[in-house]
Amino acid sequence: MTATPVLKSFPKPSDLTVPPGAEGWEELYPYHLLFANSPGSDDKFWFCDSQHWPTVFKPFETIGGEFAVKCLGQYNTRHLLIPPANGIEFKIHLGYLYMSPVPVPEDEVAARVPEFEKRVGHYFQNWESLLEQWRTKVRATIADMEDLTFAPLPDAVPFDDIVSGKAKDGSEVIMENYDRLIQLCYQNWQYHFEFLNLGYLAYLDFFTFAKEAFPDIPDQAVAKMVQGVDMELFRPDDELKSLAVKAVELGLQRAFDNPDDVDGTLEAVRAAGGADWIAAYETAQDPWFNFTVGNGFYGHDKYWLEHQEIPLGYLKDYIRRVDEGQQILRPVDELIAERDRIIDEYRSLLSEEQVAAFDAKRGLAATAYPYVENHNFYIEHWTMGVFWRKVRELSRVFVQAGFWDDPADLLYLDRGEVRDAIFDLVTGWAVGAPSSGPSYWPAEIERRRTIFDALNTQRPQPALNTPPEQITEPFTQMLWGITTEQVQQWLSDNDGDESGVTGMAASPGVVEGRARVVYHADQLAEVQEGEILVATITAPSWGPIFGKIKATVTDIGGMMSHAAIVCREYGLPAVTGTGNGSTTIQTGQLIRVDGNSGRVEILEDPA
Amino acid sequence: MSTIVFFDSGTEPRLAELGGKCASLVSMTAAGMPVPPGFAVTTTAYDTFVESSALRSEIANRLGEIDVDDVACIDRVSADIRAQIESRPVPEQLQHDLVEAYAALQEQMGGELPVAVRSSATAEDLPDASFAGQQDTYLWLLGLTAVCEHIRRCWASLYTSRAITYRLKNDIPEDDLSMAVAVQKMVNARAAGVAMTLDPPTGDRSKIVVDASYGVGEMVVSGEVTPDNIMLDKVMLSVVRERIGDKHAELVPDPSSRQLVEREVSQDLRSTRCLTDDQLVAVATLAKKAEKHYGCPQDIEWAIDADLPDGANLLLLQSRPETVHSSGEQKKPSTTPACGNLMSGITASLLGNKH
Repeated sequence: MTATPVLKSFPKPSDLTVPPGAEGWEELYPYHLLFANSPGSDDKFWFCDSQHWPTVFKPFETIGGEFAVKCLGQYNTRHLLIPPANGIEFKIHLGYLYMSPVPVPEDEVAARVPEFEKRVGHYFQNWESLLEQWRTKVRATIADMEDLTFAPLPDAVPFDDIVSGKAKDGSEVIMENYDRLIQLCYQNWQYHFEFLNLGYLAYLDFFTFAKEAFPDIPDQAVAKMVQGVDMELFRPDDELKSLAVKAVELGLQRAFDNPDDVDGTLEAVRAAGGADWIAAYETAQDPWFNFTVGNGFYGHDKYWLEHQEIPLGYLKDYIRRVDEGQQILRPVDELIAERDRIIDEYRSLLSEEQVAAFDAKRGLAATAYPYVENHNFYIEHWTMGVFWRKVRELSRVFVQAGFWDDPADLLYLDRGEVRDAIFDLVTGWAVGAPSSGPSYWPAEIERRRTIFDALNTQRPQPALNTPPEQITEPFTQMLWGITTEQVQQWLSDNDGDESGVTGMAASPGVVEGRARVVYHADQLAEVQEGEILVATITAPSWGPIFGKIKATVTDIGGMMSHAAIVCREYGLPAVTGTGNGSTTIQTGQLIRVDGNSGRVEILEDPA
Repeated sequence: MSTIVFFDSGTEPRLAELGGKCASLVSMTAAGMPVPPGFAVTTTAYDTFVESSALRSEIANRLGEIDVDDVACIDRVSADIRAQIESRPVPEQLQHDLVEAYAALQEQMGGELPVAVRSSATAEDLPDASFAGQQDTYLWLLGLTAVCEHIRRCWASLYTSRAITYRLKNDIPEDDLSMAVAVQKMVNARAAGVAMTLDPPTGDRSKIVVDASYGVGEMVVSGEVTPDNIMLDKVMLSVVRERIGDKHAELVPDPSSRQLVEREVSQDLRSTRCLTDDQLVAVATLAKKAEKHYGCPQDIEWAIDADLPDGANLLLLQSRPETVHSSGEQKKPSTTPACGNLMSGITASLLGNKH
C-alpha cells in the first residue's frame, strides 16, 4: 500500500478576489445561484463548466445554464432514476458556472435499480420510434417559437378591434409571447435531455465492456466504434462543401471575391448565371443555417442565417480548395471502412460468448450514441438561434420605446426584469405618461456593463474546495473530462511546467506546427493554413477551420468533446482538456501535439 | 527440381525442398512481408552434391560403424564426414547455378554487399521437435568463394557429433537426411529487436509488444542490453505505454574486420527511443501481418537496415509462433452479462464504475 498523498485543495469561493470594479456582482444573478445563499456549499467539490460557459454570463444569459443543468438533473433523478447519480447542482460565482454532481446515498442505490431498468429498457427497446417522435416535437416547438412576434404597439387600437369588440390593446400579445418564448425554450431543453443521458449510458456500457475485454484499449478506439458518420451535426458544413463544388462546376468562383458583402456576392452570383446555385443556397438555409459560430448559450452568438458573411467566407475558402484540386468532401466511405475495420479487428480477438455481448453492447451504443452529437444541431443551434433572434426582436421594441440604445442591452436584465420592463413599457404607452425604463435602464445597464467587463478580466478557477479522492461519477468523467488525474493535474499546475501542457489523448497522431491561440469565434479569420489551433474550447460550426489546421489543443473537454469528435473525423491529432493550453501556449510558438499520449510540447518561441 | 530458389520467386514454399527457414522466407516474401533479399540453396542441391560422388553411401557406411555409447567414436566419425563434405568437389552444373545466383543477388542488393549463410534444416522450427541451434549461421560473408565455403559448412553441420547423437536418441532416420541453405543480404541494422503479437504476462491479444535497441538484434535476444519496451494497441497501433531502456551498447558491423563489434551507445541516444513513431508503427504493422499470415500469435525479429532507403528499410528476419503464452487462456471479462440481459449489464457497468 502506498501512502495517501496529502490532499491539496482548490480555493473556497470566499477566498477568490473580486476583480476591481466588479463589486456588487452578486446582484446580477438570481439569489438561488449564489454560494452565499447556499449553506453547506463549502463542503462540496465544485468544478467550473467553462466547456459550455467559457466567458462570464450576462444576467439574461443565465437562462441557458439554468434550463440545461436543471433539465439534465430531472432525467437522472426523476425520469430515469439512474441508480448512482442524481443531478448536478449549479451555482454562479464571479460570473462563471460551477457544478457539483449529486450522488445517490449508497443505501438507496439498490432500490432504484428495478425502476431504472424498466424505464431505460423501454427507451432502448423503442429507440427509433421515440426518437422520431422527439424530432417531431422539437421541430414543433421551434415552429411555435418562430410564430411568436414582438411588434411596437400602434398609436391607437385599430378601428376593426373597436368594431369587433375585441377590447384588448395588444399589450397582452407582447406579454404572452414573452412568457411563451421562455416556456418554449424551456420545453426544448427538457426534450434535449430526454435522450442525452441515455446516449451516454449506452456508450458507457460499451466502454466499460471494451476496457475489460481489451485492457488499456485507447478511449478513441471505443469512440470510433460507435461514432455515426452520416451526422446531422455535420450537415451545415457538408452543405457548404456541396455548394462550393457546385460553384466551381458552374464557374462562379469570381463572385466570391468579397464575401463580407453578402448582397453584392449573391448579386454577382446571379449576374454570372448562378440562378441554380442561388436556389440550392436558399434550400440549404432551412434549417442548416440555423448554425452558430458560438455554442448557443450566449446572446451575442452569431448565426449563419443572420450573418451570411460567415458561411460565404467559408464558401470562398472551400471554393479555393476545390479549385486547387483538393478533396473537400468528407471521405465518408473511408470513414465507414475504417470504423468497420476497427470493429472487426477487436471483435476477432474475442471468444464466441464475448462476441455476442460485444455485438449487443456496441450495437446499442452505435444506435444511441449519435444522438449525443446530433441533438446539438436541434437545440443549441436551431432552437437557441430562433430564441436569441426573438429576444432581439423584443429588444428592438424596447429600443424604439427609448429604454436602451442597443438591442443587445436587454441581456443586462434578468428574465424576470424583462417581464417587469414589458409591463413598464405597455403601461407608459397605455397611460400616455412616460415609462420609467428610459430614465432608469440606461444608467443601470451601464453600471452592470462595468461589473460584467470587470468580471470578464478574470479567468475562472477550474474548481473549488476539496476534491474527493476519486472522481467516480460516470457522466462527470465522460462529459466534462473531470477525472481524478485531471483534478490532480490542475492542483499541480502551479508547479510551473513551462515546457508544455498535458491533457486527454483525444485523437491520434503526432504533428509539429506553429500555434494559433484563439479565444473567440471572431478570431477564426486569423487562423492560417497549417497552423495548430489552440483554443479554450471549439464549437461545431468551426468546422471549416478544421480543413486548414494540423491539430487542435483545447483547455476544456473530454474524449467526446466537439474538438475530439471533429479531429477524429478529419484525421487530425487532438489533445483536449489541458486546463491551461490557451494561457500557456502563445501564438507563433512551435509546438508538438502528441494525440497518442496527450502531451503538447513547446519547442521554440515565435520565429 | 531446382537447386536455387530466390525468396521472391513466388515458388510454392515446400518444406522438403527449402527447409523450415527458407520455406518461411519464401512464404513471407510472397505475403508481402519484407525479408532481406536472398535465395535458398535447396535440398536438391545438397542431394545432387552428396550423390554425385557417392558421398551419401559413404556417409551411411560411416554412420553404421557408430557405437552409440562411444563418444570418441562419434566424434571421429563426425569429423571425417564433415571433412569430406567440405572438401569434395561440387558438381559443375551446381557450381554454375551458385555463381549465377550469387551474381543475381548482388545485383538485387544494388552492389557487392555482405551476405549471411544459414542452414535451413527440414525439421527446424517445427514447434514439436525443435532443432534450433543445431545448425549453423555465418555472417558478413563477402565474395563467392567465402559464400560457397560456408554453404558447405552448413551442409557439414548436419553431421556434428551433437546432431548425430540427437538423431540416434530420437530415432530420426538418416536415409533421406538433407539440408537447404539460405544466402541472404546481411542486414546492416541501425536498430533491431523483436515484437510479439500479444502481451506476454497476460496473453492479451489486443496488444503488440516491441523490444528495440540500436544495432543488430542479437543483444536484445540474448538479453545483454535493456531495450526500449513499447506496448501498442494492435488495432489502433497507438502506444499504450513505453519504457525507454538503457541500451548501453550496440553490435555494429566493422567493415575492416567484417565482423560485428560491440560499441558503447552515447548518453543522448540511450535516453532516446531508438525508433521513430513511423518506424514503430511499421514494426507493429509488420508483426500484425505476420500474425495474420500464420493465423496465430507470432514472435518476430525485425531490423531497420541502414543501406536501404526510408520506407523500404524495415526487414522481417524471423517469424515464429508464440508458443509460450498463446497456449494459455486469455483473461476474460468477469462481469460479461449474457447479451439477452442488456439492462442488467448496463446497471453493472454503472455501479462497477463506483467502486
